[in-house]
Formats: sequence, C-alpha cells, structure tokens
Amino acid sequence: MEFQAKELFAKHGVPGTPGIVANTPAEARAAAEQLGVCVVKAQVKAGGRGKAGGVKLAKTPDEAEAHATAILGMEIKGLTVNRVLIAPAASIEEEYYFSFLLDHANRRYLCIASVEGGVEIEEVAKTNPDAVKQIPIDAGLGVDEAKAREIVAEAAFPEALTEQAVQTVLALWKVFVEEDATLVEVNPLARLAGDKLEALDGKVSLDENAEFRHPEHAEFEDKAAADPLEAKAKEKGLNYVKLDGAVGIIGNGAGLVMSTLDVVAYAGEAHGGVKPANFLDIGGGASAQVMADGLDVILNDPQVKSVFVNVFGGITSCDAVANGIVGALEILGAEASKPLVVRLDGNNVEEGRRILAEANHPLVTLVDTMDGAADKAAELANA
Amino acid sequence: MSIFLNKDSKVIVQGITGGEGTKHTRLMLKAGTNVVGGVNARKAGTTVTHQDADGNDVELPVFGSVAEAIKETGADVSVAFVPPAFTKDAVIEAIDAEIGLLVIITEGVPVQDSAEFWAYAQGKSTRIIGPNCPGIITPGEALAGITPATIAGKGPVGLVSKSGTLTYQMMFELKDYGFSTAIGIGGDPIIGTTHIDALAAFEADPETKAIVMIGEIGGDAEEKAAAYIKEHVTKPVVGYVAGFTAPEGKTMGHAGAIVADGAGTAQGKKEALEAAGVKVGKTPSETAALMREILKSL
Repeated sequence: MEFQAKELFAKHGVPGTPGIVANTPAEARAAAEQLGVCVVKAQVKAGGRGKAGGVKLAKTPDEAEAHATAILGMEIKGLTVNRVLIAPAASIEEEYYFSFLLDHANRRYLCIASVEGGVEIEEVAKTNPDAVKQIPIDAGLGVDEAKAREIVAEAAFPEALTEQAVQTVLALWKVFVEEDATLVEVNPLARLAGDKLEALDGKVSLDENAEFRHPEHAEFEDKAAADPLEAKAKEKGLNYVKLDGAVGIIGNGAGLVMSTLDVVAYAGEAHGGVKPANFLDIGGGASAQVMADGLDVILNDPQVKSVFVNVFGGITSCDAVANGIVGALEILGAEASKPLVVRLDGNNVEEGRRILAEANHPLVTLVDTMDGAADKAAELANA
Repeated sequence: MSIFLNKDSKVIVQGITGGEGTKHTRLMLKAGTNVVGGVNARKAGTTVTHQDADGNDVELPVFGSVAEAIKETGADVSVAFVPPAFTKDAVIEAIDAEIGLLVIITEGVPVQDSAEFWAYAQGKSTRIIGPNCPGIITPGEALAGITPATIAGKGPVGLVSKSGTLTYQMMFELKDYGFSTAIGIGGDPIIGTTHIDALAAFEADPETKAIVMIGEIGGDAEEKAAAYIKEHVTKPVVGYVAGFTAPEGKTMGHAGAIVADGAGTAQGKKEALEAAGVKVGKTPSETAALMREILKSL
C-alpha cells in the first residue's frame, strides 16, 4: 500500500512527505489539524483509487473528517478501505513517472521513466510511446551514480531538476536492492513549486522468497484483507489459493495442481459447469499431517461439494500418500463430510491403491486416471 | 546420444551432507549416475558412503570447494542442494570453478540473487539449469536432480518442462516409448536454461525424434519458444500449457506462475504454439495421445 511504500521511501532517503495514517475519521481530523490543507487517500492494494472516489482534497479539518468518513469502509476493486493516508497537499507543476522492476523476459532489471506521469503508464505507452523510456540495467552492475545520470538524461527530466533527480534515482535503487523488491514505482514523481522533486505516490512489490532476509516485512502483510481460508492455509504453511468453485483440489507440485484445475474445469462442462474451488499444492512430502491440514482447509470451504486428491508419486511413494489420506481422515473424524475422489499414480502405486481399498472409507472413491477422476469429482460436486 | 547429460558425466553434489543432498545422492547413484564426490566447506576431508546401482558401497570424498572437487575428480556436472540463503554464493563458486553444467534444485531463491548470478554467468562456461527445478535425466545413463529414475526408460522423446510433477506425469504417460532426455527447467521468474535452449539441443540430438514441451502461465517463455520452433525446429513438437483456469494476479505455487495485467495467460501461449504448428493438448493425457500418434507415424 501507498503508506507502506512511503515508509520504505523515507527509510532510504527518497524525497517526499510520508503523511499520517488514520484508521478513523477522528484520527483523520487530528492529522489534518497538524498538516493543514491535505489530501485524504484510501489505502488499498489497488490502482485507480482516485477514479473510484478514494482520493479527496481537504481544505479544513472538518472536510478531512467528512472525507475520511466517506472513504473508510468504501470498496475499491473488491477491497475494503480500512485506513486512509492524510498527506499534505502539494502544489504540483509537473508529474513524471519512474520505476525499477524485474525484467523476467530478459533476465535483468529495467528502469521505466517518463516525463508524462500522474496517469497510468500503460496508457502513456499506448498514446505517446516516445515519452516512455526503457533503460535496461545489468543485474551484476546495478545503478551507480554514472548510471543514474544516464537514466536521468534518457528520461529527459528538466535540467533544473537534474541533481535532485540523480539523488532520487539512487535512493529508489537502494529501495529496490536493499528491500529485495521486484517493483519500485513512483507515480507521480512530481515537480513542486520551487523546483522541488518529490515522490507523491508509490508502490513497492517485495519478493516473498527474500522474506528470510527481511523479517521486518511481515508487518506489511494485510491480514485483514486476506481471505480467511487463505490466511488459515498460510498459517499451516500450505500453498493455497481460494477460487470460486465446488470441487476442492489437493495435489503435489505446482504444475500438476494447475493442470488438475484445468482438467476439472473441462470435466465440469459436462456436469452443470462446476469449477475448481481452490489451488492447493502440498508439495513432495504428502505426510498424513500435511494431508490432514490440507483437507481441513478445503473441507471448511462452504462452497466445496467434493474433493479431488490428485497425486503423482515421484520421490514420495504412493503408499505413503495413501497412508496420509487414511491418517488424515482419522484425524479429521466427523469433520470429513464430503466425498473424496483419489487418483494415485507413479512410485509404488499398487501398494497405495491397496491401502485405500483396504481402508474402504465410505467417502473415498479411487479412480485410476486423472481425467476419469476429474469427471467423477465434478459429477459428485453437481449431485 | 542425449542432451547436456550422459553416462560419461562426472557429477558432484553441492550440499552432499545435508538431508536432501544425502537422499538424492543415493538416488542418483542408484539410477546409475557417476557421482564422484561432493562439496561442503565445513566437512572437507571427510567421506560419505552410499550404494551404487549394483548395490556396491561407494565412498565419496567431500571437498572444501567446487574447484578442488573438479581438480581431484574431473567432475563436469554439479547438482546444488543448498539452502536459498547460500545458493547465490554456491552458484558463483561453481561458475568460477568453470563447471560445465550446474543444476540448482533449491526452491525459494530470492529473485535478485538469481538475476545477479545469471548476469555473472554471462560469457562464462557454465550452463545453469534451474533454480527451483527437478533437474535433468537421461534415462539409463544419468540423473542430475530429483526426477524419479524408475518412471520411464530410454527412447525417442525429448521432454522440456517448467514443472517437476508434470514432467513425471508426462514421462509416465509415455513410458512405453521412453525418453532421450527429460529436463525440468524450473518455475522461477529467472531461470538459467530456457525452453529454447532445450529445444535447440533436442533439435541437434540425433537420438531425439520428437519433442514434448510443457509450459505454464506467467512470463513469455512459451511465446518465445513458439517463435523459435517456427524458425528453427524441424522435429515434431507437441505442447501442453497448465493454468487455463488460473485467476489473474494470483501466484499459483511457482513464483513465476502468475497472470498479470492480462499477459502470460495459458490461452495466449496455446495460441502462439499452435500458430507455430505445435499440436497442443488440453490435458496431459490428450497431449500424450497427440505425441503417440506422431511416434506411430515416424
């Protein structure tokens, strides 16, 4: 969110005024009393906040309180606004765009800069592509002062701002590298009265894989906005994404689980259009406890009518997975109340199927193929 | 023949004494791989003992560095099972030692670390596979990674995939034909060997008669591969793309598997591949059936 991006900007010396976060209209009033003329800005992880009515100018504390009352609780792109940022109003002369990001396709970093900011950069790229400069950055060399000067010259920021722009670029590079970001965006980077350059709004995306280097990033997580099932899965260390469907999915390996969702959606076409309810990758292990945790999350999804467990025994053998399923059903007891379709293949599959057949659990149906099992699970979800 | 890895490859394991390193060293040896040693700076001078494919004990030396391991054993392949925090250093060490092939199994490597070691590897002699991948197997010859060696034997199909379990699934579906080499390139946003690198190598490999290419949502690797196939690949290629039902803006397990701002969709990738003359299956089994038809006619 903007206020968090601004915290990171401030930490690394990016020029700007962080403003004050308010959770209630009263806090907004207090902040406005301190700041004077200010802007009340909805804090959600979404673009287009201004268009949605989530950004308002307040000339007095009364206005700030009134705007905060209107904005708090508002929904923007499906996200509820729980706090606003009270930022001092600035007299803007020009608006620019600036970002550093990971360029997957070319396996390096990219700087995008434009003297036409304040609007969506994708729009500028369409209407005036020449105004959008893309400057590749070698990941081994990074951005030093010489590179920063090259970027500023390429972007064609006004000469009066050159020195400030170079320092800002270097500070933003520090945010990118030292925080392990995949995106650092400033829009607008504004030229204020008196030729002052300031980051008025920003966005930072952080690399989850780098969390071990940044325990302090945990505070940025928006627990209030997270889906409760996703939050529960995360607590248990499960890789889960909630979707909108009736067939719960458990599988091993990200690719196989994505594929399972697709196969279930195709099978669903013949069964009233039922769809997969979630993505859940339990990884290679598939122990009884992990299986139980996974089933527990999925069975607590009220939309789920049936569950498809799709496991290819690679390193893990199918007998261990079968024991995991049987064990999970024991752990869950009466909580396990929805039909389970299980497809096992691969390493030691005969033994795995034998264990499940022997357990003969009333909720479990064994199907030999992925397509067949998807069809069965879709049929049960549509029953 | 095969690509990147064969029976003459001499393999070392970075992180040979760790849990995963120990388990998979054993499995690689069992698959017939010529594992010649390992690296762990803190345990240099010791040995680890495993059994080879014939059940005979082999004592493997643990070296202090990749350079030393190469000097003593002539190793040309390294498989890294090193925790994410230490992966970058391990990779740079292997590049400096001029190992020919480096397979990085580790999942969860910070992407800036990958970007940095990728930049470092440019103009040097090391081919990188991964990170976050199952590695590479030339059935009946050698395994450098964690792919189960028992799924399928040797044969005419070359397989390249971002996903580990889909690699296994496809090998299983086509086990009656077998594989020249199967390579899992990994699901991270920045990886070493790409679909295109593998396609080029399969095209040049006389033993490979047809190629299965498995992709997934995110990035534009499949679109680029499609353009490459159209220009440079004469062998039949069958494709599969996972993630048609993935919602926008959600990361699906693999760090790189995300549809962002309408780009990187499965549908777009399928269309690009089909435009390049690649037959694309809707499901893994349909993909296998398409390949089966091609193999019958060869």
